[in-house]
Amino acid sequence: MSAFGVTFRRELALLWGGGGALAPLGYFFGATMLVPLAMGPDRALLQTAGPPLVWIAAALAVLAMLERLFQSDLEDGSLDQMLLSPAPLELIVLAKGAALWVGIGVPLALAGAPAAIALQAPIERLPLIVFSLALGAAAFIGVGLVGAALTASVKRGGVLIALIVLPFFAPPIIFGAAVASGEDVVAALSILGGCALGAAALGPIAAAAALRLQAE
Amino acid sequence: MSARGPFQDKPSLRVEGLTLSRGGRVLFEDLSFAAGPGAYVEVQGSNGSGKTSLLRAIAGLLRPRGGRIEFDGVEDQALSLHYLAHANALKREASVRDHLRYWAGLFGGAPSEDFVAQMLDLGRVMKLPVRVLSQGQARRLALARLVVAPRPVWLLDEPAAALDDAGRAVLNELIASHRANGGIAVAAVHEPLGVAPSLVVRVPR
Amino acid sequence: MFAFLANPARFMAFSAWATPVLFVGALVLFVVGIPWALFYSPADYQMGDTARIMYVHVPAAWWSMGVFAFMTGASFVGLVWRHVLADVAARAAAPVGAVFAGVCLITGSLWGAPTWGTWWEWDGRMTSMLVLFVTYLGYIGLWASIEDEERAARLTAILCLVGAINLPIVKFSVDWWSTLHQPASIMRSGGSAVHPSMLGPLLTMAGAYLLLFGALTLMNMRATIFRRRVESAAMRKAQS
Repeated sequence: MSAFGVTFRRELALLWGGGGALAPLGYFFGATMLVPLAMGPDRALLQTAGPPLVWIAAALAVLAMLERLFQSDLEDGSLDQMLLSPAPLELIVLAKGAALWVGIGVPLALAGAPAAIALQAPIERLPLIVFSLALGAAAFIGVGLVGAALTASVKRGGVLIALIVLPFFAPPIIFGAAVASGEDVVAALSILGGCALGAAALGPIAAAAALRLQAE
Repeated sequence: MSARGPFQDKPSLRVEGLTLSRGGRVLFEDLSFAAGPGAYVEVQGSNGSGKTSLLRAIAGLLRPRGGRIEFDGVEDQALSLHYLAHANALKREASVRDHLRYWAGLFGGAPSEDFVAQMLDLGRVMKLPVRVLSQGQARRLALARLVVAPRPVWLLDEPAAALDDAGRAVLNELIASHRANGGIAVAAVHEPLGVAPSLVVRVPR
Repeated sequence: MFAFLANPARFMAFSAWATPVLFVGALVLFVVGIPWALFYSPADYQMGDTARIMYVHVPAAWWSMGVFAFMTGASFVGLVWRHVLADVAARAAAPVGAVFAGVCLITGSLWGAPTWGTWWEWDGRMTSMLVLFVTYLGYIGLWASIEDEERAARLTAILCLVGAINLPIVKFSVDWWSTLHQPASIMRSGGSAVHPSMLGPLLTMAGAYLLLFGALTLMNMRATIFRRRVESAAMRKAQS
């Protein structure tokens, strides 16, 4: 199997094998649960505020996954081996990102459906919410790779990652929440797709450049 | 070892006028040595003298401040070397077999997993996750990388760390057959491995 | 000029006299610009005297973006040609840019209170400026948390470059978003309709900000270079 294939398989196995993917899902549900507790159960209020808040919860759940993403590889020496592989590091980082998307991003998008129902979103909008969340997760993970790579050598860098990455979350959040709220759906969805594509293409390149420096 | 043939192109390694620094501090200056096919180079020096940095520089992981490092007789530069670091590069939750398969994909090898496991005496723990292995077993698993995909140059940082007598014997056997195939081994060691080095490089301090 | 200044010794000699000159220049422009802006320029016909905060607010907005552009250029030079002084310049400029962005946000809020009737409005420009401010904080935070200065310089340069790609996208997104949420009822103040009589004091203030930026950045760079000299001397002492 290729370097991309084995990296993808290994990362996915490590994500799910350790039960690690359950934690961000639980975090996601926990965060959405707090919303009605803070705002009150008023149906009309939840209907307008609910879908955007699902987006915030998804962004936070991805953010929580980033701290250890490359830090463990740096500490246990795996990063050196990735660098010595004949395959380009960009490809290996892309494989890690793809595994994260399949292992965490897509489950989060699917979990967006029950969360949105609980927050009184109209049923007919659910497919759109799930689809846009899947695109948004790709964008979050793409820029998240860069943040995680830049802070791989920083101990307890969780807060710093958030600070670095949050400005990059602004565009996908804007267009994603617009899709979820049913505002100007076609335009917002196509721009969101552009964000996801751009982040998935540029993220691994910038992250690999940062990781080469971290290994020195 | 029958798993692979000898290195046809007579690999050699040349280090010229190498100067390395870490965090603004110069470790050593103007270090030169050369090693031909079948050489075993022992790098000696006290703790913090720059043994590890020398290996990392040869591996291309650390950018030297000055000097040159060249491989000759190596067909593809991307396939020139293995680096066995202090850290074993193992994931606690993945099994021994998972690691062998991963490395085969990462480095482009096609090993017989059972053969590798037998040689390193890991057959019994093949399906077990790394977290249940002893330190010696974990180190042997890290050594398996050297066999999974052939590379003409091996860079070994304290390869015998955590190995028992049987493990050391296996290591020496690996190095011997690597040299017999025309490969080069460069090892940074605290105490000699027991293999007669063809060259001793002292890292000054 | 850049090639000339790339030599640290020449840079130190140049900055030794350039820093005070820039400080004095900034002071002169402030002494001219502030009274001109506050007393000798016409009041806005709609907003009256409150519009005078524009002379503090608008140059801060311009130069908070200008400083980031400067940092992007310096980061690029540092990354591609491995220029130590370019790294130092990018790092030294960041706190100044962050303060400009902060000043812009605070004065914008103060301006908003009498004109919009609220201390904060999620207006497109203010929101973009907030994102820029957070980007500055992340950049400074990354610098502060990596001990090895050479590695920190390279990593922050990467962050600066990807940030420079992100900011126009944020600007576009936020504009799209604010037209979606706010039909054009909110007044677009301080925009294109600047009366020519306001242009004089505005440009004077902008010049003062620029010179101040230059002086503070040079001062910061000199401090960094001096600190490194002291540290490497101490390191040599510890080793011998």
